[in-house]
Amino acid sequence: MSYSITDPSPRTKWFAGTLVILYALITLMPLLWIITTGFKSQSEAIAYPPSVLFEPTLEGYVNLFTTQTRVSEADLAANPPETFAEEIAASKGMIIVGPSRFGERFLNSVIIGFGSTFLSVVLGTLAAYAFSRYRVPLKDDLMFFILSTRMMPPIAVAIPIFLMFRTLGLSDTHLGMILLYTAVNLSLSVWLLKGFIDEIPREYEEAALIDGYTRFQAFYKVVLPQAATGIASTAIFCLIFSWNEYAFAVLLTSGNAQTAPPFIPTIIGVGGQDWPAVAAGATIFLVPVMVFTILLRKHLLRGITFGAVRK
Amino acid sequence: MTDSTVDRLAQATPPTLARKVKGLSDRAIAWLFIAPTIFLLLAVNIFPLIWTIRLSFTNYRVNRPNSDVDWVGTRNYERILTDEDTWEKMQATAHFLISTLAIQVLIGFALAYLINKKFKGDALWTTIIVFPMMLSPAVVGNFWTFLYQPQIGLFNTVVGTILGTDPASFSMIGDVHLAPWAIVIVDTWMWTPFVMLICLAGLRSIPESIYEAAECDRASGWRQFWTITIPMVLPFLMLAVLFRGIENFKMFDLVVQLTGGGPGNTTTLTSIDLKREAFERWRTGYASAYAIILFVTVFGLASIYVKALNKVKER
Repeated sequence: MSYSITDPSPRTKWFAGTLVILYALITLMPLLWIITTGFKSQSEAIAYPPSVLFEPTLEGYVNLFTTQTRVSEADLAANPPETFAEEIAASKGMIIVGPSRFGERFLNSVIIGFGSTFLSVVLGTLAAYAFSRYRVPLKDDLMFFILSTRMMPPIAVAIPIFLMFRTLGLSDTHLGMILLYTAVNLSLSVWLLKGFIDEIPREYEEAALIDGYTRFQAFYKVVLPQAATGIASTAIFCLIFSWNEYAFAVLLTSGNAQTAPPFIPTIIGVGGQDWPAVAAGATIFLVPVMVFTILLRKHLLRGITFGAVRK
Repeated sequence: MTDSTVDRLAQATPPTLARKVKGLSDRAIAWLFIAPTIFLLLAVNIFPLIWTIRLSFTNYRVNRPNSDVDWVGTRNYERILTDEDTWEKMQATAHFLISTLAIQVLIGFALAYLINKKFKGDALWTTIIVFPMMLSPAVVGNFWTFLYQPQIGLFNTVVGTILGTDPASFSMIGDVHLAPWAIVIVDTWMWTPFVMLICLAGLRSIPESIYEAAECDRASGWRQFWTITIPMVLPFLMLAVLFRGIENFKMFDLVVQLTGGGPGNTTTLTSIDLKREAFERWRTGYASAYAIILFVTVFGLASIYVKALNKVKER
């Protein structure tokens, strides 16, 4: 772009840049604190004044993934540590007796997150295609109805869903949570995908139909590949929601299908929360989302506003 | 209801498109594609909502499935609306809602305005600023209790150093005057980027030529800001407020992990109160009425607001 009279002066740019970077650094501090606390020892984590420089240890991660028990000196000597994890435990006079429940919880998050994402994108793509390509009566009303389901406070529908799941045997099951999260995500996926499909010129499909393709063939050989970017970013938004969801998870699941968000805050050690282990769990849980955010940055705005702002 | 809607929708597909393709008409395809979505939404949203309305007129309790269920008319509603405790929680919610919206609009707009000056590396820093809002609110709330700890907490240390006070002299979560602000701070940290992104889209949608014309007319920078920038960004800003307003009215996960509603009831937002009534005191009928009241409130406020938003857009 050529130089214009409205272009900010270098000084203005420098000033604006400094302020924004300052804000970004303040914003980053709690995040960095989570990540670094995961590599501290318990005493280092609760040191006064808070320690910035410290010797990193994997104690938090070992505590996160294992169950340990305190044993006598003699027992400790009888079971010499073999792995690095056992060594860390032994240095505190503990032995590892088994895995913790974090692995299961994390796996539940993966199963429920990916399961519901897959379903909501498949159903959402089909509905969005129909809304985009066919003249549907009450289209605006139906689209608004779909959007309005997102305004409902989760707790408001949680009571009957709780009763319904109990009757149908879906309480505390993966299937129940997948269906529930799919329903919540459908509003987002239909709205976003309709926007993406609207942008694909109809002429492509019409050409395919003239070439003798059926409607279905035109749909999956022409429309789907064209909408691939849109489908991928919609999928990531759905995944982030299911990944982070807490209210339904804490109300409707307990032993079997509980995901990580209700679990992480319950990690306790000796005398209160085991902060390095909590931070380790939070880090493992947050990092995928941060990677997704970087991948998504071009479609971020569109995703968070249900397609209302396309840029 | 599903069938009739879908049928009507299928009938309206224009006849030119409705040629038979391998036995499936376009009508059938439209039906096939939309039905699963509508069905799932009816099953998981509308059916439970109707059930909640029904329960709200009874004294049903989930933890006593064998006791008699009586119709109590509108008694649940009367009790909630005349209970002073409810209004206390409404006030806590209003405080949270208004302060988060005001602060986030101010900071969010300011950040967007600065980023729009197009300095070097602006895209990178924008992505960094956005991180917090993608995280799990429950995990964030839990970890902030650590940052807020007197003496050892990062927040107390930094604020104590800046203000020159002892970091152990105040407790953000334990103090009745500070706790309402403790939740506002974390919500602001998490969600200001949301307002910022939407404002940025608004700023970028203003055509350069308008500013160029204003320059030619020798309008001052101040005047340009108030007569061009603000009116053109306003619809975007109002949209951001709508989204944040609805989300924060429903706020549960972050606050329940951060303060658990305490100390006392100072941060007991309505959704936390609702959860206690429904799943701790097990007063199902009463909680259902409570849920309906909240739902009607958010819908009412949102629809009035959307009307105002449309008026602004038309101008």
